[in-house]
Amino acid sequence: MASPLLQVSGLTMRFGGLVAIDALDFEARSGEITAVIGPNGAGKTTVFNCITGFYKPTEGQLTLSPPGGRVLSLERMAGHRIAHYARVARTFQNIRLFAGMTVLENLLVAQHNALMPSVARGLLAVFGLGGYRGLERKAIAQAKFWLDAVELTERADDPAGSLPYGAQRRLEIARAMCTNPVMLCLDEPAAGLNPRESDELATLMRRIRDGGPGQPSCSVLLIEHDMGVVMSISDHIVVLDHGRKISDGTPAEVKADPAVIKAYLGEGDEDETPGGDAPVEDVA
Amino acid sequence: MRFNFRAALKDAGISALVSIGLFGAMIGLKTDPGPTSLVLTPRPWAVVIAAGIVFFGRLLILFYKAWRPAGAPTPRRLRAASNQIGHYLTPLLLAFVFTLPFYAGRYWLDLGILVLTYTMLGWGLNIVVGLAGLLDLGYVAFYAVGAYSYALIAQTFHLGFWTCLPLAGLFAACWGIMLGFPVLRLRGDYLAIVTMAFGEIIRVVLLNWVSLTNGPNGISGIPRPTLFGLTFTAGGGPGSFADFFGITPNISQRFIFLYYVILGLALLTNWVSLRLRRLPLGRAWEALREDEVACRALGINVTITKLTAFAIGACFGGFAGAFFATRQAFISPESFTFMESSIILAIVVMGGLGSQLGTALAALIMIGGSEMFRDLADYRMLIFGLALVMMMILRPRGLVSGRVPSVSLGKRHKISAELLTEGHG
Amino acid sequence: MAYALQQLVNGLTLGMIYGLIAVGYTMVYGIIGMINFAHGDVFMVGAFLSLIALTGLGALGITAIPLALAITLILAAAITALYGWTMERVAYRPLRGSFRLAPLISAIGMSIALENYVQVAQGARVKPMAPIITGDFSLLTDGHFTAHLSVMQIAIVLTTLLVLVLFTWVVTRTPLGRAMRACEQDRKMAGLLGIDTDATISLTFVIGAALAAVAGLMFLLYYGVIDFFVGFIIGVKAFTAAVLGGIGSMPGAVLGGLAIGLIEVFWSAYFSVAYKDVAAFSILVIVLIFMPSGLLGRADVEKV
Repeated sequence: MASPLLQVSGLTMRFGGLVAIDALDFEARSGEITAVIGPNGAGKTTVFNCITGFYKPTEGQLTLSPPGGRVLSLERMAGHRIAHYARVARTFQNIRLFAGMTVLENLLVAQHNALMPSVARGLLAVFGLGGYRGLERKAIAQAKFWLDAVELTERADDPAGSLPYGAQRRLEIARAMCTNPVMLCLDEPAAGLNPRESDELATLMRRIRDGGPGQPSCSVLLIEHDMGVVMSISDHIVVLDHGRKISDGTPAEVKADPAVIKAYLGEGDEDETPGGDAPVEDVA
Repeated sequence: MRFNFRAALKDAGISALVSIGLFGAMIGLKTDPGPTSLVLTPRPWAVVIAAGIVFFGRLLILFYKAWRPAGAPTPRRLRAASNQIGHYLTPLLLAFVFTLPFYAGRYWLDLGILVLTYTMLGWGLNIVVGLAGLLDLGYVAFYAVGAYSYALIAQTFHLGFWTCLPLAGLFAACWGIMLGFPVLRLRGDYLAIVTMAFGEIIRVVLLNWVSLTNGPNGISGIPRPTLFGLTFTAGGGPGSFADFFGITPNISQRFIFLYYVILGLALLTNWVSLRLRRLPLGRAWEALREDEVACRALGINVTITKLTAFAIGACFGGFAGAFFATRQAFISPESFTFMESSIILAIVVMGGLGSQLGTALAALIMIGGSEMFRDLADYRMLIFGLALVMMMILRPRGLVSGRVPSVSLGKRHKISAELLTEGHG
Repeated sequence: MAYALQQLVNGLTLGMIYGLIAVGYTMVYGIIGMINFAHGDVFMVGAFLSLIALTGLGALGITAIPLALAITLILAAAITALYGWTMERVAYRPLRGSFRLAPLISAIGMSIALENYVQVAQGARVKPMAPIITGDFSLLTDGHFTAHLSVMQIAIVLTTLLVLVLFTWVVTRTPLGRAMRACEQDRKMAGLLGIDTDATISLTFVIGAALAAVAGLMFLLYYGVIDFFVGFIIGVKAFTAAVLGGIGSMPGAVLGGLAIGLIEVFWSAYFSVAYKDVAAFSILVIVLIFMPSGLLGRADVEKV
C-alpha cells in the first residue's frame, strides 16, 4: 500500500451554528486518485476549501507528507502558501479562468512563483537582469507540455473566455498542473461535460496520477457526481453525508455499503442514485 | 429609419419644460447682496436661453439617433480605416511630440508640458487601476508627496533636481506601501473611499503642518532643474546653458528643456509599464484584476502583488510631482485636491483601461481641450463636466478598448473588451 | 461636563444632517451599486434652492416662519428631486449595465458640472443668510460654561427625525418600498416579476435628492452661509458616514452620520479644529480595517 500523502483528522468546520463538517477523518495516498463523494450539501466543497486554505478549519489537523520527508500542517498555512510551498493545486466548481487573458497567459500566471522567485528579481527583470529569459523559456516549455496534454495547443493565443465549456475545464486542470503540484484537488471536473469529454477527462486524470516523461506523478483528490467517472478511475473513495464520513474504501466496497445506498436514496424523497449524473450545486 | 419629426418636437418640448423646472429658480432668480440681506434679481431671459439650448440640443440628439440607431455596427470600411489610423498613430504622435519644440511657441510648449504631465500621471495610475484593477481615488496624494519631498529635500539639503528625483519617487513609493498595506484587503468601493480619504488626509496635513510645509502659503523658490550642472536662467551668466554654448540666453530654452524632461519621464513611465506587462509581475496584476480567488489558488501572494502595483504607481506619481514642483518653482496644497485625482482617473478610464495610447489621447483631449475653452472662464469647468458625462455615454469603455496579449506562440490577436473583467477593487 | 454636553448636542445636530445625505448615497448604492459622487452637489443645489425660496418668500411678504419654512421645504425638495431624476436619466441610465467605472466617471463629471453650473448661475461668492429661527434654552451650567440647546437645533433634529420616520415607512410598508427592496436584492429577478425597475431606480434618486434637499435647508438654517463648493466636503463626509454605517443599510447611514458628526465635533472641541476631517477619515479607515463591511453592513462571505 502507498504511503499517506494527506492525512485529515478530526476536521470540523462550523459556520455560526451550522456544522458543515463534523470530525472528519480520512487519508489520501500518494499515487492514487481519491474521490470524495456524497449527496448535495454533504460538505465536500467545504473539505476542499479547508485543504486549500480558503477556509480556516474550526478544529482538526490536515497533515501533508509530500515526498522528501517534509511534514506540513495545512490548517496553519495561508491560501497562497499552500499552493506555493505545500504544492496543493485546485480547480473550482464554477470555472475560474482569467477570461480576458489568453490560454498561454493563463498557464504562465500559474508559474508565477517559478518565474518570479522574489519581488526584487521581478523588478530587475524590467532591465533584463536576474536571468529572467531562461526562466521564461522553461515556463513556456512547461506550458506547451500541458497544452499538448489537454489538446489546446491550437488555441494557445485565444482568450480563455472564448473557449467552449469543456475546453475551459481542461484548461483549468492544465493551469493547476503548471504549478507542479504534489496533489491536485478537482472540484467536479466532469460537471457539464458530454460522455466523450468525460472519458477524455478520465484518461487525463490517470495520466496525471501515473506521471510520465517530463512529468512527475501527482496524486488526485476528486469531488465528482458523475459516478461513472468516479467508479472507473478512483483507487479509493470517501463518502460524506451531512458533514460526516459514512463509508471509506475501494469502489467495490463503497458500492456495496448499505449506508451509502441509504444516504443516496434517502427516505425516498431524493431522486439521486449512484450512477446518476445530476447537475449539482454544492453548498460551500 | 424615418425621422418622426412630430414625436421629436414633442420630446424636445417636454425636455425644455423639464429644464424650465430645473433652471427656473436657479438661473431665473439670482441672489445678490442687498442693503440688509440678500435680494433676488429676476433673469427670465437667461432661463429662456437655457431652455432653448436644451430644446435644440435634444432635437439634435434625436436626429442623430434616428440617423444612426444605437447598436448599429460600425461600417467595415470605417473600422478598417480606424485600424489603419491606429497603426500609424503611435509613431506619428511620437514624431509630433519630439519635434514640437522646433516649431511651437512658448504657449504651446507650456500646454505640451501640462498634457505630458497628465499623460505621465495617467500612465502611473493606469498601473494601479488599469492593470491591477484597484480603484484608487487618492492618487493625487502621491503626486503631492513627490512634489513636497522634492521641494523640502532640495531646499533643506541644497540638492539638485536630478539627485532629488529618485528620492521623491522612493518617498512616494514608501507612502504607497504604507497606505496600501492596511487597506488592500478591502474590496471594491471600500478601497476607493479609503484611498480618497487618504488623499484628503494628506492634503489637510499639508495645509495645517505650517512649520514644515508653510501651510496654505505653499513653498516658493524651489530650484529649477539643470542639464549636467548648466542652469537655465533668463539672464544667462556664468554656468548657464546659454553661456556654455555661447548662444543668446532666452527664457524659452528653459521651456524646451522642461519639455524634454517631462517627455523623458513620461516615456520612462510608459516603457516600464509596457515592460512590466510582459513580465510575471504585470501578468499577475492582470490576473488579479480578472480573478483574485484563482490567483490565490495558484500560489500568488495577493497582498504583495497589490502592494507592488500600488508602490510602482505611486513612485511614478512621485516623479511627476517632483517635476511639477520644479516646473512651477512653487507648490501649495491647492494643487493637490480631489479634483486632480478625479481628472487623472477620468483620463485613465476615458483612454480605455490598460491602454497606453488611449491614456495619452485622453490626456491630450481632456487637458488640451479644456485649455481651448479657457476664454470661457466660468463656463469652462461646466463644459468639462458635461463633456465627461457625454464621453462616458458615447464610449463607456474608453477611446481604445480591448487588450493585447502579453505573450503568444503565434500571432497576437487583440482581445475584445467584452471578455475583460474590470476588477472589483 | 456642560462643555461636553454642548458638544454632544452640536454633534448630534450635525450628525443628523450627515445622516440625511448619507441615506441618499446608501440607497443608490444599494439599488444600482454605484457611488453617486454628485449626491453632495445635489445637497448643495438643495441648499441654494432653499436660499432662493426663503429670500423670495421674504420679498413676497410671507414672513410667518413656520409657513415660510414649510413652503421652502416643499419647493426645495420638489425641485431638487427633479434634479435627481434628471441626473439619473441623463448621466446614469444610459450607462446601466455597462462597464463598472463608467458611471463613476459620469458621476464625477456630473459633480463638476453641477458645481460650476451653480457658480455660473448664482455667482462664486459666499451667500450669507440672517438666522430666522432664534432663541435657546440653557441646559446645564458648569463654572463659566453654559450648555445651550437652541430652538434651531431642536427644529433640525425634529424635522430630520420626522422625515426619516416618513421615509422608513415608505421603504418598509408601501408597495413602492417593497419594489425598491426587491430591486436591491436582485434587479433582474424583480424585473421578471413585473416590477418596473427603471421607474423604481428613478424613484430612488428622487427620494434621495429630496432628502438631500431637506439636509440642504437644515444646513443653510444652521450655518447661515453656503457657497457652490459646500457640497463636496459635506458629500464626502456623508459618503464616509454611509460606508461607516455599512453601505446599503439605511439605519446604518443614519448611525454613521451621527458617528461622523460626533467625532468631528468632539475632535474639534478637544483637539484641533484644523484636523477634524483627518479625524473623521481616520476613524473610517480604522473601522473599515477591523470591520470591513461597516457597522451595520452585511458581511459578504466569499464564495469559492
